[in-house]
Amino acid sequence: MKLRVKFRKYGPIRFIGHLDVMRFFQKAIRRAQIDIAYSGGFSPHQIMSFAAPLGVGLESNGEYMDIEVNSIRSCEDVKNRLNGASVPGIEVTSVKILPQKAGNAMASVAAASYTVRFREGRGPVCRISEALPVFLAKEQILITKETKKGSREVDLKPGIYELTWQDNAFFMLVDASSSGNIKPSQIIEALLSDNGEALQENALLITREDTFTDIGTEGCRKLVPLDDIGMDDTAKI
Amino acid sequence: MSSKLALSDDILMKIEKPARYIGNEVNAVVKDKTKVEVRFAMCFPDVYEIGMSHLGIQILYGMLNDMEDVWCERVYSPWLDLDAIMREEKIPLFALESQDPVKDFDFLGITIQYEMCYTNILQVLDLAQIPLLASERGEDCPIVIGGGPCTYNPEPIADFFDLFYIGEGETQYRNLITLYEECRAAKVGREEFLRRAAKIPGMYVPRFYEVTYREDGTIAAFTPTEEGIPATVLKEIEMDMTNTYYPTKPVVPYIKVTQDRVVLEIQRGCIRGCRFCQAGQLYRPVRERDVEKLKQYAIEMLKHTGQEEISLSSLSSSDYSKLPELIDFLIEECNKKHINISLPSLRIDAFSLDVMSKVQDVKKSSLTFAPEAGSQRLRNVINKGLTEEVILHGSALAFEGGWTRVKLYFMLGLPTETEEDIRGIAELSNKIAATFFEVVPKEKRTNGKVQIVTSTSFFVPKPFTPFQWAAQCTREEFLDKAYQTKKAITGQLNQKSIKYNWHEADASVLEGVLARGDRRLSEVLLKVYKKGCFYEAWSEYFHNDIWMETIEECGLSVDFYSHRQRDLDEIFPWDFIDCGVTKEFLKREWLKAQKEQISENCKLKCQGCGANRFGGGICFEKK
Repeated sequence: MKLRVKFRKYGPIRFIGHLDVMRFFQKAIRRAQIDIAYSGGFSPHQIMSFAAPLGVGLESNGEYMDIEVNSIRSCEDVKNRLNGASVPGIEVTSVKILPQKAGNAMASVAAASYTVRFREGRGPVCRISEALPVFLAKEQILITKETKKGSREVDLKPGIYELTWQDNAFFMLVDASSSGNIKPSQIIEALLSDNGEALQENALLITREDTFTDIGTEGCRKLVPLDDIGMDDTAKI
Repeated sequence: MSSKLALSDDILMKIEKPARYIGNEVNAVVKDKTKVEVRFAMCFPDVYEIGMSHLGIQILYGMLNDMEDVWCERVYSPWLDLDAIMREEKIPLFALESQDPVKDFDFLGITIQYEMCYTNILQVLDLAQIPLLASERGEDCPIVIGGGPCTYNPEPIADFFDLFYIGEGETQYRNLITLYEECRAAKVGREEFLRRAAKIPGMYVPRFYEVTYREDGTIAAFTPTEEGIPATVLKEIEMDMTNTYYPTKPVVPYIKVTQDRVVLEIQRGCIRGCRFCQAGQLYRPVRERDVEKLKQYAIEMLKHTGQEEISLSSLSSSDYSKLPELIDFLIEECNKKHINISLPSLRIDAFSLDVMSKVQDVKKSSLTFAPEAGSQRLRNVINKGLTEEVILHGSALAFEGGWTRVKLYFMLGLPTETEEDIRGIAELSNKIAATFFEVVPKEKRTNGKVQIVTSTSFFVPKPFTPFQWAAQCTREEFLDKAYQTKKAITGQLNQKSIKYNWHEADASVLEGVLARGDRRLSEVLLKVYKKGCFYEAWSEYFHNDIWMETIEECGLSVDFYSHRQRDLDEIFPWDFIDCGVTKEFLKREWLKAQKEQISENCKLKCQGCGANRFGGGICFEKK
């Protein structure tokens, strides 16, 4: 049985990198005595898969991992056990059972939503409420992406599904798939650069709000949070 | 959780591995600071990943936090990137749990595990904004305590410490802290607290002792400066290993650390008496932990940490009397929980090979032998009771069992070593390779061939060993010996199967200076540190030229400390410490070494080392 676990990451724990969060959960699962499934071979490992890696320094209300278990008492029980074995700063908010043929967390990721604020004193001079409509009206939002092989031009526009500015915060829903992942800072940087400004160092406070998968059919996008795919166990157990 | 962090987001985003500095790990102890009497900062003066791997700190951390009136927190050396920022921005060094500045604590305890970390002690004090010299510390400074193996010769670092705790930490911390609380309530002041502390067994307060030197630089006298201060300090030792504290809830780091596993200390001490080995003398007598307790600790530790590996710790695991029972238990427990078992320091024989084949992938793992010397003659000198026959027999068994990789550890520069002994290293390596080709028929050589990795380190004489009188080789002699070894290996028939590694010579010579040094070296350390040197246990940051230049500046010489054979009646800087083993015994062993005579281990025959005065352990078990 496959479970999809949704969790928050906040406070000092935002400085723990993605690989270390995976290691944290491997140990937390043992402490919580979850009946997780192991791979075969001489050095068996827990069967788990994480959705989209979260950068160091970011908080999140919508992180996901899938785990394969042999048995559970209930989803609620798994959630409570994991939280009992966790630290403040990592909180499991839902556990659901995945349908047999659901794709794994990582492969399913299509988009992510973020709230982005400027740190005190690090905002731009330009008025965002005026600059944003102009920015969004552009046909293309070209940025230069530095890669290992050199730099190339990328158009952000098709990957920005929603972008608003309210109460001194951006809300954005953007492409987070492996082929077209957009970082919030890339968008803000482009916006500021259109207004002749540069993004200051470590200027943004970013919270990932949720991670989405696309359940739309051919050509028609329909984004739902990753845990919409899972079911509650009330009917099953 | 403390959501307060000592470092700003800007800093944490800029530095490598910010997780080293934010605390909040599983099992980290957080107390209400308004409800404790004593704040204790426990420091390992090296980077987090090294410090977090140390069992001793885990024991003391748990034990002190079990005391209701004490809150013990952890401190490690900030890595170079953060170090530069903290100096620039004058950020005081902080403890991980509360993120509060260390300078506001009552105690700063520093564990001193290797000589090359001495400059990091100064880094920690400096960043903490505590005066480096104990004599310059005021009433508001923490009491700086040193502990750990290097404090058996605390003299080179004596000027930087208010107090040294000599011996095992389990026994006297409660008394020391109670005394501190009483002295604080009575407002007697720092000096008076230290004076009273000096009378607690195991405590050494350097400011109450005076050293005078002879014209040749050796010590004339080492005496207390006040009435009532003990002339010798006897090490502290925990004799009740069954009922003493054991940390079953060790802190679980987020980042990968050097020893990323739970550790089960099965016994303390070693029966073997190898003459170069300091630990083998310091921790006498051998005391085993109760096997039933160990089983219980293992289960609890794994449950509380979720770690996926457990390791046994001791100087010589094969000598633990209940080893088969313990290992059978662990294999059964761990297999069902998918937990790995790591078994270091096992002697290679039929039993250990059988066990190892159950707990590790034979194809991927290697066997380790530490003959330490290349010939039987020299092995007798150092009292290493491992014979060529045993090594070849063990290798043959292992090769039959499917192992193809062997690691061999030797030392170069041991007392009385000759060119023939050095050639013996190459010849033994070659014989092991030949054994492989003898016992494994061609069609069964799945990995193709055998891989022997022969490593040599340079011998460093240590205090409280029979070799404390010995001269250490010079850098040039060491390098010549490494060259001879290399040449001899190249001349072997199976040389293609043997890979040879050797260590840096410079650091070994300096380690020798610091290990057997005296109080005059404090000045050298201070100057070297002020010239910008620390993290010198890391070879890339070791500055031999600065050390050599500074030793000269201070009117001292490497020859005096390292390359000189000491007279039998010389007073050593560490003679005022009584580690349980008598100087007479060490002298006997030194003379026997020169006669190439071996001494039987504690299980076979008591050698009268003096450790039986503690009234327990191996000394009182049936032979």
